[in-house]
Amino acid sequence: MLPLISHWLTQLVIGASLLLLTASVLGKITRYLTQQLTAQKSLVNRINRALPQTQCGQCGHPGCLPYARSISLGEASNKCPPGGQETILALAELLNEPVRGLDPAHGQFRDFSVAVIREGECIGCTKCIQACPVDAILGGPKLMHTVITSECTGCDLCVEPCPVDCIDMINHLAPAISHTTPPYSDLRSSLGANT
Amino acid sequence: MSTLKQLASKFLGHDSVFARRTAGGIQPPPFKEHSLRSRIMSTPIPPQLTIPIGPESSGEITRLVDIADQVLKYQKLAVISFSAKGRSDVPVHAPTSGVITSIENSIVADHSQQQQLCINLTVDGHDEALLLKPHTNHSQLSSADLVALIRDAGVIGMGGAGFPTADKLSAYSVLPIEFLIINAAECEPYISADEALLRERANRVVLGAEILKRACAAQRCIIAIEDTKPDAIAAIKQALLNEASNQQCCELVIVPSKYPAGSEKQLIQCATGIEIATGQHPTEHGIIMHNVGTAYAAYEAIIEGKPCISRFTTLCGQALKTPKNFEVLIGTAVGFLFELCGIEANKKQKSIVGGSLMGSELGNDKAATCKTTNCLIAASSNELQAPKAERACIRCGYCADACPSKLLPQQLFAFSKTLDTTQLLEHGILDCIECGACDYVCPSQLPLVSTYKESKKLIETRRQSLEYSDYWQQRFQFRQYRVKKEKDQALSRKLDAPLQSMQAAERAPKNKNNEADFISKEQASRDIAAAVARVKARRNEKNK
Ligand code: SF4
Ligand code: SF4
Ligand code: SF4
Ligand code: SF4
Repeated sequence: MLPLISHWLTQLVIGASLLLLTASVLGKITRYLTQQLTAQKSLVNRINRALPQTQCGQCGHPGCLPYARSISLGEASNKCPPGGQETILALAELLNEPVRGLDPAHGQFRDFSVAVIREGECIGCTKCIQACPVDAILGGPKLMHTVITSECTGCDLCVEPCPVDCIDMINHLAPAISHTTPPYSDLRSSLGANT
Repeated sequence: MSTLKQLASKFLGHDSVFARRTAGGIQPPPFKEHSLRSRIMSTPIPPQLTIPIGPESSGEITRLVDIADQVLKYQKLAVISFSAKGRSDVPVHAPTSGVITSIENSIVADHSQQQQLCINLTVDGHDEALLLKPHTNHSQLSSADLVALIRDAGVIGMGGAGFPTADKLSAYSVLPIEFLIINAAECEPYISADEALLRERANRVVLGAEILKRACAAQRCIIAIEDTKPDAIAAIKQALLNEASNQQCCELVIVPSKYPAGSEKQLIQCATGIEIATGQHPTEHGIIMHNVGTAYAAYEAIIEGKPCISRFTTLCGQALKTPKNFEVLIGTAVGFLFELCGIEANKKQKSIVGGSLMGSELGNDKAATCKTTNCLIAASSNELQAPKAERACIRCGYCADACPSKLLPQQLFAFSKTLDTTQLLEHGILDCIECGACDYVCPSQLPLVSTYKESKKLIETRRQSLEYSDYWQQRFQFRQYRVKKEKDQALSRKLDAPLQSMQAAERAPKNKNNEADFISKEQASRDIAAAVARVKARRNEKNK
């Protein structure tokens, strides 16, 4: 009887220690993975912060954040025309890469400009509103539209969809933001979006 | 220390022998003797004045007069409000009587040489003035009253920064002020306006200092002056003796002469031993500093009730036959002043506003003087260093020895070349006071300061564009959130379709009425067709 119990006990001990071992190994693996993930995330964050947030899509991605993700996975970092040389330099420094010129396939540098609608010609089709990535256009169906200059990022996306070609991009010294407190900070946290 | 100091001042008069040494500094030849040869002269009234109000970008400008208005001397012409920056308003007054001919942007002779909105006044020569309200009994006015009067007189920092004096003074309401320092160091070569002012009108400056001291409720007032100005020192001592009955109003501290002894942090350290760290403000240590010219303006504002319509400016340079210190009406053209000093136009190579080390080149002699124009130099070619070829940095370290802010100029220069803003900030570029001492000593003729100025600009644009991009990112995220929410709502509407249609049926009759208010559908489609046709026509034309 006794050997049987001891055998049983040994088995129990071995089983328990095995279980503990797997648990700790698994824990380590998950910890490692999450670390990798957060590192990746913070890299994406930093890349995204170096991008100009014009959200124009010239890089071939629907917005700056997706491009930042793609850069972190190895895509070339010289595809953002609105960022200018500044962004290219900043990204090269961040990623420890040699500085390259802008990839001409994605456009050219140009000065900051904002969209202006020639209001008399606007037919109120609302197409530009749907194109604008930052809701900088005001208007309603069949009513005149206008661009809120201080919100416009100069991304150019509203020009193409306009069926009557009444949107011009006009050079502007610098963005005209006139706010002091970020209006959507609470919303941002509720979206869990700090990237 | 302070008892020692009191003892010392008992024996040695008001001099303090305890001025501390500060880091770095250079001793360039002063070149002040020419302009100090004659007494201060008031300029004759010029036929035309261009009175600067301020750069339109810096604040909100309210005009109180219009074109073709007849104005009197001392009349308030405009107010620039800095309320967006949490500062108060600065009014601008007419320096003499005349008619407003235009209000437009023009170049102003100050360090930044930005365009400023200016009022052009054609002088009528009568010099008809409004009646002034003097307050000879200033000791009966409260601090707040004094500050209000100084604000209303449009007094700003006369040393060069041009910060509204009243705002600096009202710091006392937040933090207790121990020291008011009157900056009479004036260490930069060529500039001698403060020295001349003290030499001739020390009594008024001391009174002005006393007013400022009361206005900011400071416990002590120190007049700090360089040891190379014996006449001015003697004049202040005399003035202090005259005021002595008025129990110890000010103390005199004599600082060793070196450039830049007169820059804010350096002078504070020299006079009080307190070191102001990066990003700190002197008021946090209970210190306020004002320029001699500001003290004089405060005297005029209170005792004479006179708004700030003039300032003291040094006119010098080898292209002038008679260099001088002038009491200049604000808005006088630089060229007019040069004429008064007998300019030899063929000798003049460059006009410089400010001193020889921190000054900047003035592109146009039509520029108007403003409240911060302390010196104008008509430089001849042998005064200016011929631009020598710039060579590589030899790492001699002279610049680091000369730097009053204890920076490493050669490192800053290298980082500026690679646009490495992170390193620049770490090496304290924001502490650089742009004094030019490093430029002066550099054997390799490197353009150090101008490079730092560019770098500072770059840092500022980077900071700004981060601000913009943060905002745009938020807007982008908000839009994505909005689009998603609307989609979800549309979906749930579809799921509730039967209910919806019932509700719609209830609302239907109302809708019909509303439609009459809008343009009819046919009308709209006709409009669109017409617009599309217009565009087509235009495109065809372009193609042809
Ligand atoms: S190209 Fe446009 S969308 Fe892409 S990263 Fe640059 S600004 Fe953002
Ligand atoms: S208004 Fe036009 S150019 Fe400006 S952000 Fe919107 S889509 Fe871009
Ligand atoms: S200009 Fe700047 S770096 Fe050069 S000596 Fe002056 S404070 Fe130092
Ligand atoms: S003084 Fe000029 S040469 Fe000497 S270390 Fe400084 S920058 Fe270089």
